[in-house]
Amino acid sequence: MGMIDFQEKSDLVSMPKVKTSRKVTDRVVKVVIIAFFGLALLPLISLLTTVITRGVGRFDPTFFSSSMRGVVGAGGGAVHAIWGTLLITGTALIISAPIGIAAAVYLVEYGRGKLAKLLTFLVDVMTGIPSIVAGLFAYAVFSIILGPGTRSGVAGSIALSLLMIPVVIRSSEEMLRLVPGEQREAAIALGSPKYRSIWRVILPAAAPGIVSGVMLGICRIIGETAPLLLVAGFTDSMNLNVFDGRMATLPVFIYSQWQNKGTDSVAYEGRAWSAALMLIGIVLIMNIAAKLIAARTQKVR
Amino acid sequence: MFMTNQNNAKRSRVFFEASARFVVLGAGVLVMGGLFGVALFLVLQGWPAITATSGLPRNAANLWELAAPLAFGSVWAATIALILAIPVALSCALALTEYLPKQLSTTLGAVIDVLAAIPSVVYGLWGIMVLAPMLAGPYGWMGQNLGWIPLFAGEPSATGRTILTAGLVLAVMIMPIMTAISREVFAQAPKELREASIALGATKWEMIRMVVLPYGRSGMISGAMLALGRALGETMAVAMVLSAVPGLISFELLTSSNPNTVAAFIAQNFPEAHGLEVSALIALGLALFVITFVVNGIARKISNQPSDDAKPGLLARVKNAFVATGVRA
Amino acid sequence: MNRKSLKAARLLVLPTVVMLGALSACATNETPPPVAPPTSASQAPTQTVDTPPALSGTLNAGGASSMTAAQEAWRADFQNANSGVTINYDPTGSGTGRTNFSEGGYVFAGTDAAFSVEDASGDFAGCVAGTSLVEIPAYISPIAVAFNLGEIKALNLDAATISELFAGVITNWNDPKIAAQNPDVTLPDQKVTPVHRADKSGTTQNFTDYLSKVAPAAWPYEVEETWPEALKGEAVEKTQGVREAVSSTLGAVGYLDASQAKELGQVAIKVGDDYVAYSPQAAALAVEKSPAATGRAATDIVINLDRTLAEPGAYPMVLISYLAACSQYSNSADGALVNAYLSYVVSPEGQNAAAANAGSAPLSGSLATQVAQVVSAIK
Repeated sequence: MGMIDFQEKSDLVSMPKVKTSRKVTDRVVKVVIIAFFGLALLPLISLLTTVITRGVGRFDPTFFSSSMRGVVGAGGGAVHAIWGTLLITGTALIISAPIGIAAAVYLVEYGRGKLAKLLTFLVDVMTGIPSIVAGLFAYAVFSIILGPGTRSGVAGSIALSLLMIPVVIRSSEEMLRLVPGEQREAAIALGSPKYRSIWRVILPAAAPGIVSGVMLGICRIIGETAPLLLVAGFTDSMNLNVFDGRMATLPVFIYSQWQNKGTDSVAYEGRAWSAALMLIGIVLIMNIAAKLIAARTQKVR
Repeated sequence: MFMTNQNNAKRSRVFFEASARFVVLGAGVLVMGGLFGVALFLVLQGWPAITATSGLPRNAANLWELAAPLAFGSVWAATIALILAIPVALSCALALTEYLPKQLSTTLGAVIDVLAAIPSVVYGLWGIMVLAPMLAGPYGWMGQNLGWIPLFAGEPSATGRTILTAGLVLAVMIMPIMTAISREVFAQAPKELREASIALGATKWEMIRMVVLPYGRSGMISGAMLALGRALGETMAVAMVLSAVPGLISFELLTSSNPNTVAAFIAQNFPEAHGLEVSALIALGLALFVITFVVNGIARKISNQPSDDAKPGLLARVKNAFVATGVRA
Repeated sequence: MNRKSLKAARLLVLPTVVMLGALSACATNETPPPVAPPTSASQAPTQTVDTPPALSGTLNAGGASSMTAAQEAWRADFQNANSGVTINYDPTGSGTGRTNFSEGGYVFAGTDAAFSVEDASGDFAGCVAGTSLVEIPAYISPIAVAFNLGEIKALNLDAATISELFAGVITNWNDPKIAAQNPDVTLPDQKVTPVHRADKSGTTQNFTDYLSKVAPAAWPYEVEETWPEALKGEAVEKTQGVREAVSSTLGAVGYLDASQAKELGQVAIKVGDDYVAYSPQAAALAVEKSPAATGRAATDIVINLDRTLAEPGAYPMVLISYLAACSQYSNSADGALVNAYLSYVVSPEGQNAAAANAGSAPLSGSLATQVAQVVSAIK
């Protein structure tokens, strides 16, 4: 009965049948796409819950006030690694931000012709340099200047700068291009020289965007492990001098805690997860802040 | 008097103008110089290993013998990651641009971007302590029931630390980049074309297939290339997750003997290397640098290509998306 | 600056300030040294030594990663006792350790393999020319073959059977070769998962050296710090990796520092006609009964470990790690510090601290006395 029905229908009007199968495809595709999207969220959920549940245990005052010097087994903390991360990232910021912003100003305001094109291309490609290559570069430079085997925080900063500069250039460039033409023209019409209009008008107008770009740049490098493993090394004591000696950082702290677990492996893992929690926290907060700043400035325009 | 003052002012203005130009140009040149410096220093320090015939890691007869299996491992792991990530990334991009309501899609888009912001060492920790143990069971099942497929042949790993797991972790890491770039280009598909095709009776999927996907093709390809570059260069996650035999070339996905990757090999061996071994690792780094340079260069070239109807905004959009998520190497 | 950028700047600065305010720039567990931290030993007080001055200064050393955990314990204790002293030990590997020591980069070095006789008589950058090299066995670490077979915690295996387990010749635990040596044990039908070190390791070298000396027919592979690539198996980083892989995987078998194998099943190896389970005494006995290398200076104590020893109750699957130092340093302040530190290291307290944290076998008998004498003469 149903069979006949179906046959009849399809014989009589073929259009609706095609439409049904097309609709089915449409539905199926939609379900598949949404399912894949949900699948993509699973690792994130698993990762965040793991880091939080396992990291919260050692997220105590000792963790933020002790180093690992003289600590065997349980206890200890990561204050030396936190300072190392702050100092190395800060130094990288001091190197990268001026160079990156200046290069972006060059590209937007002065850059014409082959040189600018080459720079644009190289910056694009530079964004993709593997971090370990940046580390090897810093190692090569410092071992030629200071002899093989030297480790220092500043070498780490230079490696990280190589990774951060392209991000700063790219984002600053976009932000500078967003500054409305009227503002530039007004400044020039008033007879102020170009450098002054850049300094007084264009840079301030683009400042929030540039700041957010720099923050994204920091997010890009603050979790880097491989280059720091090669050139900044690891120590269990506090070292506040970036120019001399090994310096611990949070990512390398995580790696070394995981890799060199002593007999009491739970204590080492707890510290590793706590450091991971802290690192993720920093990155997420900076990331969100950067996006809020960027979003707000775009709304203002 | 007045004249000289004005002259002075003019002169100082010219001077400032010139020095401002000099400073920003200098910064640009410095950046370029930095990149050439990378190549130069790597060549300088890696050279002894390039010409060496003994004293290399793994007792390799020459650098090529050392590098070839590692290069294979890098490409193989990155390929697995790409194959796993492409369908998911495209689905995410389509879900965000076409299917989900605007408010939700903004939020969830940001959530996906969060994946790109997580440091690779944390991925490594998660991969080895959560993901690998979870997958050991399924791998055993796959080895038993699908072992006749060459890819799944061999004794399945009892710990789950296989190249498939490494590829999976890499896929999670590169997926946000591809999603972000695809999203940007999909959103660029002209509204008129979309509306026209819907008006002509196309279903949503047909509209996507005929309008959105072709329009975003070059963006998708360049996004995939950028993701490939990242996967090739990723170090810590692979170094932590993979159970590797450095000299091995094997396509088997589930065994505990897996090829190692260039980047992971460098990170694992650098702390205890000395003499020529250091040079060899730096030479490997140079190779990695060249490979990723080429892959990224191709990606840029593709995204720069003016396709069918010129889209001036495409390049900028791609770069934007890239910068927004470009949080990790 | 306009209002917007100020706001943006505030957004950046505020959290930073809050964070820095909450973060102290000195770690509570690090007592600051009496004076500003000296950056090199040359700044250490060098007054005439009537009353021993408080030790201060920094020693940079490194080398064998096998003794990292022991160094961790030694450094912690020594630095706690002498707050002005900082000792850094880089686990850079034995080769780097020896090179850096020869070139003067390290004040002393840890190494799993002693300097060759030829190199030992050469010049060392940090030492007074013409003085002899000091090499002492400082870290004796027995290697255990550990397995995971649930309730079964002990098995007797000879070297040939161990070789075949790791070479993938024996693939199931109920293999007749294993059963023949363990008549009292009911062996499960369980796949064997051999676990080895992925990184370079003195443990790997000593383990494979044992196999190739005792069972050359079953172990034709080269003896090196890296695992033979021809063999399959689970590759893991560091001792902890081996322990985790073995403890989490039913049927796994691995080799690792005995101290880390406590809760795992352990193999008693065949020595002579008996099976000997690991114990610190058994390991120390094997070292004591092995002959000292000849043709070396009196300060250069190197042991030729006899793997094929038939001594009852000795456990010859042992890793010996040496400390290399000068008998006389060009910089006398360095000499005083090294003397003090190494004296602690080889003292019963130091050896017991290492035994507690790293599970090594303390130096014993005449060897301990001999080593202590050599160290006390360092200047």
